[in-house]
Amino acid sequence: MQKYSGFGLLKHALSHHENWQRVWRNPVPKKKYDVVIVGGGGHGLATAYYLAKVHNITNIAVLEKGYLGGGNTARNTTIVRSNYLWDESAKLYEHAMKLWEGLSQDLNYNVMFSQRGVLNLGHTLQDMRDISRRVNANRLNGIDGEVLDPQQIKEIVPMMDCSDRPRYPIMGASWQPRGGVARHDAVAWGFARAADALGVDLIQQCEVVDFIIEDGAATGVRTKTHGSISADRIGCVTAGNSSVMAKMAGFKLPLESHPLQALVSEPIKPILDTVVMSNHVHGYISQSDKGDLVIGAGIDGYNGYGQRGSYHTIEHTVQAIVELFPVFSRVRMNRQWGGIVDTCPDACPIISATPVENLFFNCGWGTGGFKATPGSGHVFAETLAAGEASEMAKPFSMFRFHDGALIDEHGAAGVAH
Amino acid sequence: MFYIFCPHCEEHREEEEFHAAGQAHIPRPLDPEACSDKEWGEYLFFRDNPRGIHHELWVHAVGCRKFFNITRDTQTYEIKEVYKVGEKPKFTAVSETGADLKSSLKAQESAT
Repeated sequence: MQKYSGFGLLKHALSHHENWQRVWRNPVPKKKYDVVIVGGGGHGLATAYYLAKVHNITNIAVLEKGYLGGGNTARNTTIVRSNYLWDESAKLYEHAMKLWEGLSQDLNYNVMFSQRGVLNLGHTLQDMRDISRRVNANRLNGIDGEVLDPQQIKEIVPMMDCSDRPRYPIMGASWQPRGGVARHDAVAWGFARAADALGVDLIQQCEVVDFIIEDGAATGVRTKTHGSISADRIGCVTAGNSSVMAKMAGFKLPLESHPLQALVSEPIKPILDTVVMSNHVHGYISQSDKGDLVIGAGIDGYNGYGQRGSYHTIEHTVQAIVELFPVFSRVRMNRQWGGIVDTCPDACPIISATPVENLFFNCGWGTGGFKATPGSGHVFAETLAAGEASEMAKPFSMFRFHDGALIDEHGAAGVAH
Repeated sequence: MFYIFCPHCEEHREEEEFHAAGQAHIPRPLDPEACSDKEWGEYLFFRDNPRGIHHELWVHAVGCRKFFNITRDTQTYEIKEVYKVGEKPKFTAVSETGADLKSSLKAQESAT
């Protein structure tokens, strides 16, 4: 792999940037791999990367139906934070946060991780009690957090309406300074390039249509375009399609797939240098480096695989944003996008062994998977390498819905659940 | 946005008046105490999540506030039918996307 550097940029400038190496190979799949990962989004690519880097397993294929990072990975609102309530999930998301902090250097790819801080607003007394509880829990777990009053919020985001005027006035907020945003498609490309450099085969346009299961153990996959590919272990990281994949393998997951929407405005001059989220009035917003306002809407209430959402959901979100930021009322929206998210009853992911031996699932991230990308990959790689759930993955077994040990993160998971 | 026919009000109303209440036709176990943890967990948390035909319970939340069922395609979003609780659906999920492809691929493989 050609290493990216400032000097390299100068060198290539001499040849008019026409001789850059391709970012990854486009190999023909082998017949057999140690590990096959189904799904080439951020989590799948991160899993492949950490398997190769940390566990020295390089005979890996990542099979992707479309193109790498072409789904939810590259279309989300890019928010990264780790202020989750319960110990299990706080540990997992903070693990991801620590990996984010060194990710650009680790991957030799600028993922534009910007720790600009995340505000979670409270509009009712109960909101404020929940916020205090969560911030205290975070601090006990070594995660940074503060409770702010409206005056302090005003200092951070001067043009937000912190007065008594709105229908739901802002009463305070939690503030995680280490939270922020990252460039979503750079994350997918960075992991893909680094995994490829370690020998991982990234196979695009290769849809998996069935698992090959013998005596209760998975031995490979059938693909639409490249026939059968056998594998010692299979990791399925297919987000919104996980239920469909589980059905192929003959079991059920406690997931429901919903459309979730995001939208961006026309690019405007820098105006918002932090991330603002509100569970109560239901909207979240940040500004990208390009200048467009990135706005997240809620999920549609019904199950759907249509990759489009309802307009009234957008309307409600934009109403909330304009209530918070009257100054944005005349900004025009540019693009809207709907992705399919796999929501879990307790708003926590599933990183788990399954009833089928050698088949593992990493799913159920619902509306908030992006922030966990490196952590999810790291933990799932450890699980795949060991053939059993790693220490951090254990609480996130799919069997927690049988024994009742749920991890209720509906509060911290925030807006869209 | 869906335009939904409420079988109780007997008229079409916009989706915003309704609320999706999840999968339809889930019978509560007759004797919950006799359920194993697995059975009870499945009753509480495990739902059908098909890419295709799905039977759903909806409530006309800001209308008559009554529940009814919808058979809907989760891929095309087409509403196939609306029927009252207690009635039987006319459409049922027979084959899901990919099912035919799957069996034909299997047949292909066993032939070679």
